[in-house]
Formats: sequence, C-alpha cells, structure tokens
Amino acid sequence: MSTVTKSIFTPELAAYFDRLVTVYPLKRSALIPMLLYSQDEVGYVSEAVIQEIAKRLDLFDLDVRSVLSYYSMLRTKPAGKYNVQVCTNISCMLRGGYEILDHCKRRLGIEHKQTTADGMFSLEEVECIGDCCSAPAMQVNYEFHDELTPQKVDEILDEYAAEDRK
Amino acid sequence: MPRLVSHPDEVIVLKRRFGQGAAKIDRYIALDGYAAAQKAIAQGKDAMPGWIIDTMKASGLRGRGGAGFPTGMKWSFVPKTSAKPKYVLVNGDESEPGTCKDHMLFREDPHAVIEGTIIAGLAIGAKTGFIYLRGEYRTLLNIMEHAVADAYARGFLGKNIFGSGLGFDIITQTGAGAYEVGEESALMESLEGKRGVPRIRPPFPAVVGLYGGPTIINNAETIANVPHILLMGGEAYCQLGSERNGGTRLFSISGHVERPGVYELPMGYPLRKAIYEVAGGILGGKELKAVVPGGASCPVLRADEIDIGLDFDQLAKCGSMLGSGGIVVLDETVSIVEFALRTIKFYQHESCGWCIPCREGTDWIKKTLTRVYEGGGAKKDIETVQYVAENMMGRTFCPFGDAAAMPTLGFVKKFRKEFEDYIEGKKAGTPLMTEEHILVGAGH
Ligand SMILES: Cc1cc2nc3c(=O)[nH]c(=O)nc-3n(C[C@H](O)[C@H](O)[C@H](O)COP(=O)(O)O)c2cc1C
Ligand code: FES
Repeated sequence: MSTVTKSIFTPELAAYFDRLVTVYPLKRSALIPMLLYSQDEVGYVSEAVIQEIAKRLDLFDLDVRSVLSYYSMLRTKPAGKYNVQVCTNISCMLRGGYEILDHCKRRLGIEHKQTTADGMFSLEEVECIGDCCSAPAMQVNYEFHDELTPQKVDEILDEYAAEDRK
Repeated sequence: MPRLVSHPDEVIVLKRRFGQGAAKIDRYIALDGYAAAQKAIAQGKDAMPGWIIDTMKASGLRGRGGAGFPTGMKWSFVPKTSAKPKYVLVNGDESEPGTCKDHMLFREDPHAVIEGTIIAGLAIGAKTGFIYLRGEYRTLLNIMEHAVADAYARGFLGKNIFGSGLGFDIITQTGAGAYEVGEESALMESLEGKRGVPRIRPPFPAVVGLYGGPTIINNAETIANVPHILLMGGEAYCQLGSERNGGTRLFSISGHVERPGVYELPMGYPLRKAIYEVAGGILGGKELKAVVPGGASCPVLRADEIDIGLDFDQLAKCGSMLGSGGIVVLDETVSIVEFALRTIKFYQHESCGWCIPCREGTDWIKKTLTRVYEGGGAKKDIETVQYVAENMMGRTFCPFGDAAAMPTLGFVKKFRKEFEDYIEGKKAGTPLMTEEHILVGAGH
C-alpha cells in the first residue's frame, strides 16, 4: 500500500481516509467519498487533492480525473463559502422554483455557477434534490431549505451572512 | 426538510415510527425495532433463509425503486453457494424528479433500513451490506452513520449479530451527484469507485454483481418494508394492497395540490382520491390538467384518465407506470410544451453518454423542443420528436433511454393538439420559464 507521508488534509481527515481505504473489498471504492470529503475541506478538488487521492488509492491521476468529471457535485474551482443550490426541476418549477432562482440571482448579483466578489455566496441551479413535496426547495451547502418564498430566501441568506460575521 | 403530513385514508406500516424519534436506537427498539431480525434468527440457521424468502414472496411486495419487480423472487435468484462473497446493496440514490420518500425514511426511521438490510443479508447468505445515499443527502447520511454505529455498539451488526454466531457488516456510502447512478448497474460501478455507466445484462446482479459477487439491489423503501413484513406476516401485508400488488406504498404527492406530502396509501388506492382528498385537491381551486403518476420518467395522464388505482398493473394497463411513486400534479395553467421541455432538459443533462441512442436522442429531442418552445417550430418537429423517442426505446444498456423517451412520447401523444397549436402561435398556459432559463442553468 502506498503511503502518504505529507498529507495536504487536516490530521482528522487524513486519519479518516487511512481507515476508509481499508473498509471495502476493493479500496478504489473509497474514491468518490474521498473526492467529496476533500472538496468539503479544501473547497474544491484541486490538483493536490487529485494527486494525493491517486496516491492513496494506487490509481493514476487520470483515473481520478475521469471519475471526477462524471459527478455533478464535484468541482475543480472554488465555490462560495455558502453554495446556494436552487432546484428548478418539475415539482419545484410548478411551485415557483424559477422565481426563487431569479430572486437569488438579483439578490446576490451573480449568475449560475458564479461566486460573489467577497467569496461568501455562490449560486447554482440544480436538478431535483429530493425535497419535492416541500417545493420550491434549495440547499445551502448540505442544508435543506424549502417552502421558499423570496422573503424567506432573504431571511435565510441574511442568516448565513450573519453567521459568517460571528 | 419535507414536513410530516397525515390523512385518515392512510394505511400505516412504514410510517409507524415517523415523528417519534426512532432515529435513536432505544426508541426504535421500544417500537418493536430489531424484533424482526431476531424472529428470523429464531427460525434456526437452516430454516431461516427459506423462511424469510417465503414470507417475502407471500407479502407480494414489489420493488419501490421503479420497476416493481417482486422482491421475494429477486432474492430467490441468488445462488445458495458462491465462490465469491455475496452482497446486499441498498439504493438510496433517490433522484427521480418528484420523489422524496426515501428522504423521509432515512430521517425518520433509519434503523428500519438497517434492519431490513440485515434481514436481506440473512436471506441470501451475505456478510456485507452497502447503503448508498445520493451525495446531496449528507445530513441524512450522517443520521444513517450514527444509526449504524449504534447498531454495532449493541451487537446488532458485527461478527456475532444478536448472539447468533452469524456476522454482518454495513458500510454506508455517499454518491456525488448523478441521476444515472440510481440505475442498479451504474450504482455498482459507482460503488466500485468508477464513473456511473451501466453494465450489460445478463449476467444479472443476483449472479454477478458488486465486485463480481452475487448481489441483490433494492430500493431503500423496499428494504424498510422487510422488518414490518416479517413481524406482521407476509399474507397480512399482502392483503393491504390490491391484486398482485402487496401492501402499502409511500407516495410523494407534489406540484399543484393544496397539501403536498409523502402519504402512505394502500396499493391500488384511487388516483383521483389521492389528488382530491388526500392531497387536498388542486391548489387554489383551479382545474386539473395532467398528472405525472410515478416520477418524471412516467408517461403523463390527462385529467380524464385519473380514474384508476395506484398499482403497477393498473398504471401499466393505461400506458404509464407507477415508477417511484412520485405523483406530480399539473393545473390548468401549465404549458405542456414547456413542461415537456423541462423534463427532457433534465434527461439530456443526466444521460451518462455511454449509449449513443440515449446520448444523441435526448440531445435531439431537447434541441427540437427548444426550437418549438422558442417559436421556430414546424409541424414535422412533432414527428421528429416522436421518431427519435421511439427509436431510443429498448436500444440502450440500461433503461435510462426508455426513461427519457417514455415521458416525451406521453406528452406529444396525449397533448398533440397543444403542440400543434403552439407551433401555430396559439400558446396555452402561463410560462414558468424564460428563454434564458432554457439556455443556461441546470442542464448546461
Ligand atoms: C435511470 C434510472 C435511475 C434510477 N434511479 C433509482 C433510484 O434513484 N433509486 C432506486 O431505488 N432505484 C432507481 N432505479 C431503479 C434501479 O435500477 C433498480 O431497479 C432498483 O433499485 C431495484 O430496487 P427495487 O427492486 O427494490 O425497486 C433507477 C433506474 C433507472 C433506469
Ligand atoms: S423537483 Fe425540486 S426537489 Fe424534487
């Protein structure tokens, strides 16, 4: 097994990965979780992340890149500290999902897959996030927010901004 | 978070522990939790697998992931002996637009999913189960991981479960965003750390599945039913439903209804009542225009087609599907042209690109419908859409191609006049999207 002497991850995440590669019948099974958890810590899947994961799993960088490009949640550029993901798929669309999306665009002054200048918020239009019965819905990072109205969106975004100042 | 709802017509099996703090293991145990696994083990090592599978067959339970395959039969296909380890794989990828019931299960009753996985393992002789949740469900994965750790601490998982001398491990796994990964063979690829492209079948997963070993793959709701069925008995569960459709089901009712929510209704329950009584009728007292009865991939029903029972066979008979149980209700203001375009936009975005008919077909349909939507359509565009969709059917490694083609065919066949009128400049409905929404955003 290849060893990683100088990890780019925090000791906690590095220790978690040390264990994760041992739990599966084949250690490559750890690849997708590792990519996502690295992104959560680093902010995106950087070159250094790709190289360390490849090393930990005895894969070529190319193998990692090939998998990385398939999954829509994985990104190779930083997003905002709070990534606002608005669903516009059918159930949400019927209940005003596009209005919510447009409201977020206006309020944050950014478009799909852009980040505010201060790096606080990024915005994404996403497909169904599995909260259709409380549509319109969105996620901020991994938190669900639903039964949205433009006013409710404002309150939610204000709260995140305030949390950041704390 | 989806809110908890209820209605007097509900028949409660799966929702029994909802809203009662059952994510905590003590609470789950107090509510008969882990009694079913122990009941199975009490049958004795030799009789147990047969007893579980017979009970599942008697229950008439059919898979809640979409295709409605009989669960007991699926389990019986796994060879008794195998050189390679066998596996249970629980599909919690839940990405079919209009479906949010597994979300509720993971949040409200995670141990039921764990217990069902253990029992499935005991039935086929697997020592390991995987529970795969879509990447967006991180908060739910955290709940599941806590529950798994608690089950290990009690000796319900591990080397000697319930003191039986049998071992069973559960590994939880996150996805990272991909609808196609919900398809069973793509799911196995993803779990093996690869791009989620489908595998050709045969061999079927029951024979050659995860890591080459015999594998049963079931939807999370299917699995959560298992402990309830073992406790109440297969026949008793079966009788709750309709002919050839055992039990109850979680229906996610969304869209233009007064009280959207996840309701547990007996199989065969009248669709009309589900919309007008259970979900409180059409939002704002408007008229019903159409219903997508089982998630985005199921062909649409017109308002005059809703006098049917919600089970796999009745929906198949009228040319649609029960799918994942996501009932999406459209009121009179919806433009079907727009709705069809939004639907195919999703499929075009999510096609994994492995099979040419699916990759190219979804793109052609999207482009053609976009032209129609933008006002540049010709009458032959309807034929083109229909032709392309028909030629995608059955020509791909996995049923994604069908899942994209079928709703498209439903829209253009059942609302053909509306497409023709639209092309002639007579647009029905109130637009929900703008041109900009078509060109950027999700699907690009
Ligand atoms: C494109 C596509 C996406 C699917 N997504 C899911 C899903 O998210 N969850 C699920 O349980 N089944 C999904 N399925 C169905 C699975 O392939 C499989 O039939 C199911 O998990 C089997 O479990 P069941 O027998 O308990 O229904 C999907 C199928 C296709 C073709
Ligand atoms: S359609 Fe928006 S959450 Fe499902």
